[in-house]
Amino acid sequence: MEIIVCIKQVPDTTEVKIDPVKGTLIREGVPSIVNPFDKNAVEAALQIKAAKGGKVTVISMGPPQAMDALRECVAMGADEAVLLSDRAFAGADTWATSYTLAKAIEKIGKYDIIFCGKQAIDGDTAQVGPGIAEHLGLPQVTYVQKIREVTDTGMIVERAIEGGYEVISVPLPAMIAVEKSINEPRFPTMMGTMKAHKKQIPIWGAADINASEDLVGMNGSPTQVKRVFAPERRGGGEILQAEDEAGVCVLLVEKLREAKIV
Amino acid sequence: MNFQLDDQQLMIQKIVREFAEKEVAPVAAELDEKGQFPHEITRKMGEMGLFGLPFPEEYGGSGAGYLAYAIAVEEISRACASTGITYAAHCSIGTGPIYLFGTEEQKKKWVIPCAEGRMFAAFGLTEPNAGSDAGGTQTTAVLDGDEWVLNGSKCFITNVGVGGVAVITAVTDRSKGTRGISAFIVPTDTPGFSVGQPYHKLGLKASDTREIILENVRIPKENILGKEGEGFKQFLVALDGGRISIGALSVGIAQACLDASLKYAKERVQFGQPISKFQAIQFKLADMAMKTELARLMVYKAAWLKDNGKPFSKEAAMGKLYASEICVQNALEAIQIHGGYGYMKEYPVERYLRDAKLMEIGEGTSEIQRLVIARQLGC
Ligand SMILES: Cc1cc2nc3c(=O)[nH]c(=O)nc-3n(C[C@H](O)[C@H](O)[C@H](O)COP(=O)(O)OP(=O)(O)OC[C@H]3O[C@@H](n4cnc5c(N)ncnc54)[C@H](O)[C@@H]3O)c2cc1C
Repeated sequence: MEIIVCIKQVPDTTEVKIDPVKGTLIREGVPSIVNPFDKNAVEAALQIKAAKGGKVTVISMGPPQAMDALRECVAMGADEAVLLSDRAFAGADTWATSYTLAKAIEKIGKYDIIFCGKQAIDGDTAQVGPGIAEHLGLPQVTYVQKIREVTDTGMIVERAIEGGYEVISVPLPAMIAVEKSINEPRFPTMMGTMKAHKKQIPIWGAADINASEDLVGMNGSPTQVKRVFAPERRGGGEILQAEDEAGVCVLLVEKLREAKIV
Repeated sequence: MNFQLDDQQLMIQKIVREFAEKEVAPVAAELDEKGQFPHEITRKMGEMGLFGLPFPEEYGGSGAGYLAYAIAVEEISRACASTGITYAAHCSIGTGPIYLFGTEEQKKKWVIPCAEGRMFAAFGLTEPNAGSDAGGTQTTAVLDGDEWVLNGSKCFITNVGVGGVAVITAVTDRSKGTRGISAFIVPTDTPGFSVGQPYHKLGLKASDTREIILENVRIPKENILGKEGEGFKQFLVALDGGRISIGALSVGIAQACLDASLKYAKERVQFGQPISKFQAIQFKLADMAMKTELARLMVYKAAWLKDNGKPFSKEAAMGKLYASEICVQNALEAIQIHGGYGYMKEYPVERYLRDAKLMEIGEGTSEIQRLVIARQLGC
């Protein structure tokens, strides 16, 4: 099995603060981590490799510091890593990002499964994985919470939906975006860490992956961000509690009367 | 001069911190309360290769170096000092002497499983009548044909109840004084080797500390470590390395005290404001942060010297002495900042104090560290 995992380096906080003036994320002083869902993706890939053999390659588009995130995945057990870094990639939206990653995957050439995390915790769009699948013309399954079976030609997976899951059989190659609940990512080993630091990780720019300059980075991004802002905190709601539904209804009507709404 | 950890050390720090926060910290209070050895945690640490950090690849380690190892001990101890002492004693004074003084064969046989986390090692130096004065060892080893026969007892030995091997010091020639002490590699399942019930301790309750009784323990002649009569010299060297790890352990506890206190001080409101707004509390926090950082610098320096093949005895003693004393001070201040809550088991700081106190005693008391430093000064 040839497996490619797309990972992203993100700031280590679920409460990203926003610069009120510039409207951009404040990244200073916030340590960077591998996007947590992407670690689940790496873990899923490593488990399949352990069962069926093959190779796991991690790729990431980002600034040179994203090398650290790739090294961490190599320390977990990934065999190869590639960093996509080029000034031309800067300012990419999810469309340009998925195009760029798809071009890199085309260059790698051989792949059976492309794993992604369900979304990145900084942007929360969940669009890049599906975008890659569309650019490459591959089938895709998002929100995968369990892998039931993997054969040389297909996979059977569980896809989380509200209140349950659906079982999907998908032919390979395919793009699979995983949920947090799919597994518990392993901690990197110290041996792996040492190996990861000795490893030469190639950096590919736009020219290396035959990506058209018009389609990457800011140029290739149809999304225009008008304004980024932190919504104002609203007052907390009130929870009405009673013995049963009827009791709650009585309380609710009283409240509405008090407020002169009814 | 470069005060920056390298990329590799930074990554190890990050990984171990994450592991400690996720896997160790949540169970530390319970392990302490029940006096339960951290079997599950140490199994995972073994899989991650943490026990192999200070040993080279050919002996099952990763060759990351002593500084990387000290960083790992610090991070683990920040979450649970019981696990920290288990880790530090196993690597530095249990496995350390075999790695430092063992033959190629001994290293292959014992260092590899220890570095890979498949076996714990203990170091049996202290005896009921030979503590600080370890030269006063009374345990004896007598050569009988092809075997050494050991008799005597050891006390306060870390990891021996869970260990597969112990390095034991014993007198081989009483007429030679400290030059008549030798060290031996003793598998813990050797007939005649027995351990007592775990001690009831003030702190570090989840670590394994026991007495060893040696009754006609027969081990092959080749199990002597290095040459006959070198035991005293060897353990002085082993303890130098051990002190770096106790220093790192102390820094971890000191940091944990600061972490808990800072968090609490920002949350606790009295007189209409968080107590962190009171200058008296701020000064305590500032002192705690300063002492922790200074201790860390000294411990890192000693580890760096060791990694670079330079003498480090004095620095290791200074780092251990300072770090152990400030971690006790930090623990006391942490309780003070927590007020009555700090005295209760609901908060971790009372555990930090109980754990911290051992740092001023184990691997040479503070008094002995001062003697070591003074001796280095030429006194
Ligand atoms: C939890 C725990 C784990 C331990 N693990 C191990 C282990 O794994 N292996 C091992 O071999 N040992 C271990 N020890 C033993 C430890 O190293 C000794 O307790 C320590 O060295 C002190 O020896 P002692 O207890 O006999 O005290 P003593 O030597 O009797 O000291 C009593 C007091 O006298 C002071 N004193 C002694 N001599 C002098 C002097 N010359 N000048 C000034 N003051 C002096 C000491 O500083 C101390 O304050 C452990 C101890 C504990 C509590």
